[in-house]
Amino acid sequence: MTDKLEKEPVADARVATGTPYEAIRAIPVRHYGRWVSAVVVVAVLGWLGYAFSQGNILWATVGDKLFDRTVVDGAWHTVVISVCSMALGLVLGVLFAVMRLSKNPVTGAVSWLYIWFFRGTPVYVQLLMWFNLSLIFPVINLMPLYKNDTVAVMTPFVAALLGLGLNEGAYMAEIVRAGIQSVDEGQTEAAHALGMTGARTMRRIVLPQAMRVIIPPTGNEFINMLKTSSLVSVVQYTELLRSTSNIGSDTTAIMELLFVASIWYLALTSVFSVGQFYLERRYARGSLRSLPLTPWQRIKANLSTVRRPKVA
Amino acid sequence: MSTQPMVKAEAVHKSFGAAHILKGVDLEVAPREVFCLIGPSGSGKSTFLRCINHLEQINAGRLSVDGELVGYREHGDRLYELRDREVAAKRRDIGMVFQRFNLFPHMTAIENVMEGPVQVKRESKAVARERAKALLDRVGLGDKGGNYPSQLSGGQQQRVAIARALAMEPKLMLFDEPTSALDPELVGDVLDVMRGLAEDGMTMIVVTHEMGFAREVGDALVFMDDGVVVESGHPRDVLGSPQHDRTKAFLSKVL
Repeated sequence: MTDKLEKEPVADARVATGTPYEAIRAIPVRHYGRWVSAVVVVAVLGWLGYAFSQGNILWATVGDKLFDRTVVDGAWHTVVISVCSMALGLVLGVLFAVMRLSKNPVTGAVSWLYIWFFRGTPVYVQLLMWFNLSLIFPVINLMPLYKNDTVAVMTPFVAALLGLGLNEGAYMAEIVRAGIQSVDEGQTEAAHALGMTGARTMRRIVLPQAMRVIIPPTGNEFINMLKTSSLVSVVQYTELLRSTSNIGSDTTAIMELLFVASIWYLALTSVFSVGQFYLERRYARGSLRSLPLTPWQRIKANLSTVRRPKVA
Repeated sequence: MSTQPMVKAEAVHKSFGAAHILKGVDLEVAPREVFCLIGPSGSGKSTFLRCINHLEQINAGRLSVDGELVGYREHGDRLYELRDREVAAKRRDIGMVFQRFNLFPHMTAIENVMEGPVQVKRESKAVARERAKALLDRVGLGDKGGNYPSQLSGGQQQRVAIARALAMEPKLMLFDEPTSALDPELVGDVLDVMRGLAEDGMTMIVVTHEMGFAREVGDALVFMDDGVVVESGHPRDVLGSPQHDRTKAFLSKVL
């Protein structure tokens, strides 16, 4: 890895070689507005905090139930269904994006149709349709390969996976398409000139560069997915929201358990945002002269400036 | 000349929609020759170069490289379009250097040079790396192998691009205005590398505005205008005593 940071002591070099100069000393602009707004913000936050502390909230319940076995299981299920659906969506997205951009009119039309349908109907409706598939096809019969009752196949997990994954695939297809189209045509030409086939050019040259454009909205999609997965309780899949609200209605601590759910959702989205940062950093290789610092590197850099860098 | 020409064009036409760019180009490039193409912008010289390795498909005429048609297979009196895989296979033997370098920005310089041999020729990485190092040395960038293209100057990038094309051991090199995007003081390094290639006997077709290079290194020169070859001959003659008015008018502006 070549993310060494080379900081040239520019100012020192100038002092050493150029004529001496006197730094300007001026009175900085005063930002009174900032002070006023800071006071207002603090006041509003304080008022909100006070309101919540006086509200009819059983904070002890929130603490008790945060790591309740059922809640943790629900959170785990949320992560599982989100990651699996996102993985399915990603694969489908790349596939349909490439199909959409291909010169083959058949694949282009199929891709268009897929995106049109799965993006054009609510994911809630799609989940219900997968779940109730047995109403119209009681038996799944892939003639020589496989045969089973639809009810046995369409478990809550499968229905949730298909519902969320296929829907996500339609959105990812558009994101991937935008990424592919953002790569300069000269890259394809250079790869072709080396004797690469179209498929290899896509895999080795275009997609790795498209990743830079694809990752930020994909991170967005994933965080959306973590939250949208709360819909899958409709197909009897017990994820975070379902497990907390079950407890909530049993114990009549409804708001408290919604707080518990929110804390978990915030924690999960925070963790995955950090993952996104490192992923973006990896795919920025080559396009930025120096990579953005990781928080750890930033701390180290700050410490070293406090300690004064050694002058060469 | 008794040997078969490296590139032979007969009445080559190319249009983009309604725009008729090449209007019947005839020319021959001999093996080991440095063949310069000059002309005003829009004259079709870059388009012609791109036709040679089938980045553009010609609409009429015949274009062949080393005796084989570009982009088609001839069977009886019919032409069959080549498949993606067959076109790709033919391009292996033709190196191309672009005006805007087109290095792969997500790979280091040495990875750029290794990419063709490893991915297309299925060479082992170790072998490819050794040769890539040698090629980077040859273009004077032996110490820059670990740098990403964004960390190199334009002239350095273009020399890496030349090394990348040479890594495929081509029998023909195409240069599409290789120095036009460079700062003046960086042009010399790139031209030096090209001069070295010419001395080693590489067949080169060079679209260029560097008249000095054409005169000094070129074995043959063609002046194109409005999609046709206006004048051709030895660079010394065409540049020194042009016969056609259009050639004279063009040269009076650039020399």
